[in-house]
Amino acid sequence: MTVLGTLVSTGLDLELSFNNILQGFGFSPEVAHILWLPLPMLLVLSAALIGVLVTVWLERKISAAAQQRIGPEYAGALGILQPMADGLKLLVKEDIIPAKADSLLFTLGPVLVLVPVILSWLIVPFGQNLLISNIGIGIFLWIALSSIQPIGLLMSGYASNNKYSLLGGLRAAAQSISYEIPLALAVLAVVMMSNSLSTVDIVNQQNGLGFLSWNIWRQPVGFVIFWICALAECERLPFDLPEAEEELVAGYQTEYAGMKFALFYLGSYINLVLSALLVSVLYLGGWGFPIPIEWVARIFGQNIDAPLVQIFTGSLGIVMTILKTYLLVFLAILLRWTTPRVRIDQLLDLGWKFLLPIGLVNLLFTAGLKLAFPIAFGG
Amino acid sequence: MTISSSTEQICFILLGLTVIVGALGVVLINNIVYSAFLLGGVFMGVAGLYLLLNASFVAAAQVLVYVGAVNVLILFAIMLVNKREELKPIKALQIRKILSAGVCGGLLILLFRVDLTTKWSTPGPAAIGEKATERIGEHLFSDYLLPFELASVLLLMAMIGAIVLARRDVLTSDVVTGDVVNQNLIEKSNEPILIDQSNKQ
Repeated sequence: MTVLGTLVSTGLDLELSFNNILQGFGFSPEVAHILWLPLPMLLVLSAALIGVLVTVWLERKISAAAQQRIGPEYAGALGILQPMADGLKLLVKEDIIPAKADSLLFTLGPVLVLVPVILSWLIVPFGQNLLISNIGIGIFLWIALSSIQPIGLLMSGYASNNKYSLLGGLRAAAQSISYEIPLALAVLAVVMMSNSLSTVDIVNQQNGLGFLSWNIWRQPVGFVIFWICALAECERLPFDLPEAEEELVAGYQTEYAGMKFALFYLGSYINLVLSALLVSVLYLGGWGFPIPIEWVARIFGQNIDAPLVQIFTGSLGIVMTILKTYLLVFLAILLRWTTPRVRIDQLLDLGWKFLLPIGLVNLLFTAGLKLAFPIAFGG
Repeated sequence: MTISSSTEQICFILLGLTVIVGALGVVLINNIVYSAFLLGGVFMGVAGLYLLLNASFVAAAQVLVYVGAVNVLILFAIMLVNKREELKPIKALQIRKILSAGVCGGLLILLFRVDLTTKWSTPGPAAIGEKATERIGEHLFSDYLLPFELASVLLLMAMIGAIVLARRDVLTSDVVTGDVVNQNLIEKSNEPILIDQSNKQ
């Protein structure tokens, strides 16, 4: 894989070009860097928000189709503006803090839920250089950041001063802790094969032979474990116990209204899109085209480093990432509207007694295969 | 002074203040839930300091272990047993507070003395940045293997202890017959096992 990895071109480097242009205007490299910093952050933030709008619309439409309804229809063509209307409604709603709630923690809770999720977008790659920061600890940062979220949930559950909220918060924390371990074990097996925690290296390692070298073929068990755990971390059905309507009203969200509720809503959907993105990065070759783009360029006799070809491959990478992501989001939505909810004891049994041992065995097998077949499993 | 070094200094001052004020809050605030949340903030501040020292892996591990696991479990425990009951007034609370403040102040002075008398070599060894993850792995599997494994045995012991306490199915044998009794403990889970049972017989 390492031999094939060197074939991968450096691709577009917007930061370098931007800095060169600014330095051409006589700015110092430091000032150019500071001017550059907010641009990818804003871009990724707006991409995340647009991703949420699209996902909310998809959720409404697909759930309607699953229940043989029409779904949103009047707000824009095919109801495409419905998520905007939802957001506007939440924005202008009265912001209520219950009289006996702890107002400081009540306000801080939703923020603590949302911020780590948005921060995790730091490591999501859309191309060789199309990510905010290619930091060395990469995927580990996501695992660390996602462990902050339960604190926000516990905080809002406690501050609401409501037994359903508290139970919801406790369930959320228990669920998140239980599923973090198999999740980390599944990621560890992938990291072991790519010899790096960096998301860019993980994708490059998969794209030597097109879709044949995607991790899903080498890590089928890990893929299933990761997907189940990601759904559990996002608190999606069949694992939405923290907000189980029939038992807990709405769990930790019960007392929330207006913009604070919108933060929870936003957080859960950004988390869903992020999880789908990371599944595509870890197991489905990230921005890679099913046939290696270098081969395609060679067939058409194009130089892969030519500016126009670079722009084309960069755009194709973004399209591929988003395509794979939304395929997974579609799957998650379909699962949500077709599966029943598990009980809390079934949930914890699945996490501790099934996924954790399987994850450990998967890790052991990966290590053994890596020693036995270093060519195929990234020696 | 360049932009990057001044940014670093501002970050250091902010993080230091967060850690110190947060730690004081953990000790001084009466509401235990607030203390627990502030403890999480202190851990985050320490993680930020590690990040400032180019130790990104240690920073992420700090967040994962201390904020994500230790602090969440503390909060979990507090919230599960969150009874708002009036505690019995403790005798001579004022004197106890003054005594413990004296001990803590003494420790602080001792630390300051160590800080001032030690000859720090500045600048220290160059940071290896992104290579740190590999270096930590090499150390964990070579010269720090024994401490690492011992720490895991310690965790295992804590886990077994917690399971024994929580499940309550300790095999207690009858003193006279020697038979195993009290095995069906799910029904008797309300019966505390850690009380003195010697005067029953």
